[in-house]
Amino acid sequence: MSLRNVGIVYRKELTEALRDRRTVISTILVPLLLFPVLSVGFGSLAVALVGKAKEEVPKVMLRGGGDSPEVVEGLKKLDKIEIVAETPDWKDQIINKEIRAAVEIPAGFQADVAQQKSDTVHIYNYEGEMKSEFASDKVEKYLKDYSDTLVKDRLAAKNLPVGVLKPFEFKRENVAPPEKVSGAAFGGIIGYMVILLCMTGAMYPAMDLTAGEKERGTMETILSSPISRMHLVLGKFFLILTAALGTAALSVLSMGVSFSVLGHYTSQSAGGREAAAGLILKLGPKTVISVFLMALPIAVLFSATLMTIALFAKTYKEAQSYLTPMTFVVIIPAVAAMLPGVELTPKLSLVPILGTSLLCKELVAGTYHWNLIAIIFASNCVYAAVALFLAIKMFQRESVLFRS
Amino acid sequence: MIEARGLSKRFHDKKRGEIRAVDNVSFTCQPGKIYGLLGANGAGKTTTLRMLATILEPTDGTAIVCSYDVVEQPEKVRANVGFLSTATALYRRLTAQEFVEYFGRLNGLDEATLKKRVDDIFTRLDMNGFRDRRCDKLSTGMMQKTSIARTLVHDPRVMIFDEPTNGLDIMTARTITAFIRECRNNGKTVIFSTHIMSEVEKLCDTIGIIQSGKLLVEGSLPQLRDKYAERELEEIFVKVVTPHFVAEEAN
Repeated sequence: MSLRNVGIVYRKELTEALRDRRTVISTILVPLLLFPVLSVGFGSLAVALVGKAKEEVPKVMLRGGGDSPEVVEGLKKLDKIEIVAETPDWKDQIINKEIRAAVEIPAGFQADVAQQKSDTVHIYNYEGEMKSEFASDKVEKYLKDYSDTLVKDRLAAKNLPVGVLKPFEFKRENVAPPEKVSGAAFGGIIGYMVILLCMTGAMYPAMDLTAGEKERGTMETILSSPISRMHLVLGKFFLILTAALGTAALSVLSMGVSFSVLGHYTSQSAGGREAAAGLILKLGPKTVISVFLMALPIAVLFSATLMTIALFAKTYKEAQSYLTPMTFVVIIPAVAAMLPGVELTPKLSLVPILGTSLLCKELVAGTYHWNLIAIIFASNCVYAAVALFLAIKMFQRESVLFRS
Repeated sequence: MIEARGLSKRFHDKKRGEIRAVDNVSFTCQPGKIYGLLGANGAGKTTTLRMLATILEPTDGTAIVCSYDVVEQPEKVRANVGFLSTATALYRRLTAQEFVEYFGRLNGLDEATLKKRVDDIFTRLDMNGFRDRRCDKLSTGMMQKTSIARTLVHDPRVMIFDEPTNGLDIMTARTITAFIRECRNNGKTVIFSTHIMSEVEKLCDTIGIIQSGKLLVEGSLPQLRDKYAERELEEIFVKVVTPHFVAEEAN
């Protein structure tokens, strides 16, 4: 095999790729911009929106309570909510977001409390709507504090200590370091993004170097040169692989920078420290290199497979229609890896994209199961070798190269 | 020299079954001569020339090009062949010089030889004014000159032209025909396919008429005129081809 010839084809394809706007966008710009936009952009926006929602003084409608002045006064004194008068369309007002919640004090509530009878105070809200949830939380906190005060008063009246109702305390504590906690939360999406971008990075050059070449009429030109078809396909393959790996490398790099910028930004902002603890994702060099190494055989697999499929097409458009469904083939296992409870097992390690995606989750969390890493790397190398072999074989077939 | 020995190419079509695109074709092209392969569309000209250029592999038979077998030594054959057709387009994102250099390197030229060869060709074809211009910014004439430069960069002994003037304006077509003549004058073996009679009359030393994949007749223009008692090549062509064409239509 002549590495010189493979190198000549590779350098020429690289020159052309760097002059192709579509390839530059999909290989360089998208991975560089996607993570900052997703993490810093949307992250900052989310923090700002949550902060703003918390600062809002929500309108809460009071239903009943005419015979319970103490609790009503207590609610009205809360400076974090605005109590509005009762109207019959209170449900619609909650749904239409005119008021955020309603609290219903049952008739005779205060008298029942005095006689130590149990009543139920209802809080009505719009579940899932953030501002409505915040308003309900505020009302609920007040009612809980009020209930605690009553309990304390009752115990005091009977000369009983508070501990009589709480024989012991219990507390849940996290022992995992922060990077593992955030890794468990974000690791899935990291693997997903790296795999998906690896694929999109390979897609445009794969189409351009095969179907694009047929469509532009340069396939016959190159086939008339003395280079062997194996050298030709390898030169093209290495360029597609470069694009896939370049996209993956840039995406991992961009991701690391984005998360550290996001962490820095949120921890600097007032009241953002708590949020920052959950958002900071520490991607050290070891994690970055590990994710990149695991992406390597996947990138080979994608490059060879996409090139083989695109080679069947006569035109760029036809190649697009063949390769677009491939995105779903990649997305489904990658998304499956993000589902809660899906853990890396030896069997799942053998599933091409799912195994790598699950492994990325573990790697980002700082966990290294070396036996599974070996299985995934080896199996992906086998799949990649088969795909590359098929690509070389397809390039030898006249019925594929000169399909009409 | 080119020697085709029973060249055949069969394709399989889902609807039409087996198609004999080229059927047992044999001929010889000598150095310093132009062999014209004349035929209607779909006669088998392009398939024959693609087999000679080793772009397609023969189903049966073979051809010897510059002492190399097209089936056994395709890469050596290609190293000795310059192939030009209207289907051999340029890499539009490369400059004219990059394009020619790329093919020079693929033909195994070292950098010093390549530079000298490219400079010579660009000067000879008057291409220095656009050597750094991208191929997608070239006029049709400039593109053809760049294609010619590509076929010449490795100084091949055999030139294969597949309908090289098809769809070109008259001025660009004249550049190509002048180049074909120059190749012959330089002692190269030239084979040339076309369906344009006037080009064959002007250029070819030997004419082969091909129809339905079969080489029906070959000879020099005077020999064909004598044999068919016709002055115009077009009339000779019609006389040769019509019986086969009618039979084909009937089938």
